[in-house]
This record gives sequence, C-alpha cells and structure tokens, in this order.
Amino acid sequence: MESVLQFFFTHKEAIFIIALSIFLGIEVISNVPSVLHTPLMSGANAISGVIIIGGIILVGHADLSTFSLNLVLGILALIFGTLNVVGGFAVTDRMLEMFKKKKK
Amino acid sequence: STLLELSYLLAALLFVYGLKLLSHPETARKGNLWAAGGMGLAMLTTLLLHKNAAGGGISLVNIWIIIAAISVGALAGWIISRRVKMTAMPQLVSLFNASGGAASALVALLEYPNAMAGNVGSILVTVLGLIIGAVAFSGSMIAFGKLDGKVGDVMKPFMTYFNLGLLIVTLALGAYLVASPNPPLQMLWAIYLLTALALLYGVTFVLPIGGADMPVVISLLNAFTGVAAAMAGFIYNNQAMILGGILVGSAGMILTVLMCNAMNRSLLNVIIGAFGGGGASATG
Repeated sequence: MESVLQFFFTHKEAIFIIALSIFLGIEVISNVPSVLHTPLMSGANAISGVIIIGGIILVGHADLSTFSLNLVLGILALIFGTLNVVGGFAVTDRMLEMFKKKKK
Repeated sequence: STLLELSYLLAALLFVYGLKLLSHPETARKGNLWAAGGMGLAMLTTLLLHKNAAGGGISLVNIWIIIAAISVGALAGWIISRRVKMTAMPQLVSLFNASGGAASALVALLEYPNAMAGNVGSILVTVLGLIIGAVAFSGSMIAFGKLDGKVGDVMKPFMTYFNLGLLIVTLALGAYLVASPNPPLQMLWAIYLLTALALLYGVTFVLPIGGADMPVVISLLNAFTGVAAAMAGFIYNNQAMILGGILVGSAGMILTVLMCNAMNRSLLNVIIGAFGGGGASATG
C-alpha cells in the first residue's frame, strides 16, 4: 500500500494531467453532431496510436548486439502502432473528404 | 531534454485542438490534420532527442531500424486506407484500433521485466496496460470480423456467466501479479497466461453483442486503446502519451454514450442487452 502511495506521489503531475484531460476530453466533444460520430471516432482512434512513442523508445534503446525475440516483438509493436496512426489519420481524412462533397 | 518536453506539450495541445476542430463539420478535416501534425512532431522529436535513464540517446543503427519499421506500417496503413470501399469504413477503424491495442499490449509485455524491478505502481500500470490493450486488440478483431460478415453473433445464455467469471479470473491474476512482492523471474509465465486470458476475454466480450451495435462497441474499445496507451505513458513517464491516451479515453467514452443516445439505447443495454436473447428487446 505504501509503495502505491509512493507511486502516486512521484507521478503527481501525471495524476493532475489525467484528472484535467478527462474533463478536457468530455468538454471538447460534447456538442458533436451525429453525422460526425464516425469520423470523430476514427480521428480519436488515430490519436490513441500515440503508443508509438513508447514503441520508438523501446526499440530505440534496445540492445542490438544479440538477436532477441523481444527486439522482434518491439519492431512488431512499432509496425502496429504506425498502422494505427497513419491508417487512422488517412482514413479519417477520406471520410471527411466524402462528407464535404456530400454537403455541396 | 527541455526541447523534447516542449515538443510533447505542443503535440498534446495539437491533439486537443484537433479533436475540438474535429467535432465541428466545417473544421473537421483541418482538425484531423492538426492532430496528425502533433503526432508527427512527437514521433520525430522522440527519435532525435530521447535519452534513456543513463543519458544515452538513440543510436544511429536503432534509428534506421525504427525508420524501417515505421515505413512498413505507414505504407501498409496508407494503402489499406485508400483501397478500402467507403461502405467498409467502420470495420477499417476497428482494424486500426486492434492494431493500436496490439501495440499497447506488446509494449506492456516487453516492459514487464523492467517493471518487476521497479515498485508496485510500475507493475500496476504495466499489467493494466497489458490487459486493456489485449482486450482492445482481440475485441476489435471480432468487431471487424462481424462487420465484415466473417463472424456471426454467438448468443448463448451461459455466456453472461462465463464472461463474468473470465473477467474476475483475469483481474484476479492481474491483482496477484501486482500484489506479490518481488516476484521471481520464473513468474514470467504468469504474464503470458494473463495475456492469453485478456485476449480470450476480448473475444467472448464482443461475440454475443449484435452486429448492429458494433459501431458503439468499436467506440468503446477505442476508448480502451486510449487508456492502454496512457498506461504505457506512465511506464515511460511521458506526458504526451498520458494526455493523448486519457483524452481519447474520455472523449471515446463520451462519444460511445452519445452514439448510444442517438440509437435511444443505454450503454449497459447494448452490452447486456445482447444476453437477453432478443438484442434490442431487453428493457433498460
């Protein structure tokens, strides 16, 4: 229990960020019209690809002197993460492009 | 370094600004590009400026490997997103969400041995990231399969109890891993078992839910992926990951509720309603 409290104490800035960004997320999209539900979901999905930063750090500091399964899995994580980011933003753009044409 | 932290702050602001623009019809497309710019910035500065605990930067060989991996993923993502038919968009979002969930689960799995050397808190966020990421991955794959017509609805009365039991067992094993003080390295098998249980839960969680409710489920699993990324952000103490992940988690959660409201349903009704035997007929 004490170490959990310790963890919270050392990460108190992060806890603040979490508390505030929960409200931010709610506020930012609370008035979205229903036609934008799917593009917004897709755009948010692309942002959740931010895990790629973790992948870059992981593979970036990986020891390359010996071949390891971990390195392969790390590279796989990078590929999956990029697929999420690039595919996500690209497909959102395509959806919105269609949306714009429809409106005209 | 300070420059890296500043770029993370800018990236996080771009995520918020992008989401804000995305929720208005006239500015939506611009918002998507701003958010993408934020992501590109965070990726580039991490690659160039990140230092590990010992103060070492990312070496040139590693940079090339990362660029190669990113190129593969980017090319595949780009091609898939251009080729797919407009009517197949929702399942494509689900597929990309599965991809993000898999990345989160993999990162957590690979960081687990390091987390074991740390404190209870670091094991907690790693285990949570692993469970949530794995559920988001397998659940999104099933949702993709359903929308693509490859997976049918499986509504068996016992599945409610099976799912509840599986969830309890998964969380109990996770809690055990967090609570066991200084687990020996031989306990690595337990983390693989946990991964398998979480993957299975993702499958059995989505299987009974009706195909028509899949957009709502995808939005929910999207929120999961965000939270999983935020957990990984804790592992690296990375503000851009924490803010971006939680932002998607809360916005995704609200969006899920809004989508339910648009169908005159409650979220509980969508998830539990499937077990009632008649899908939408269950009263909530």
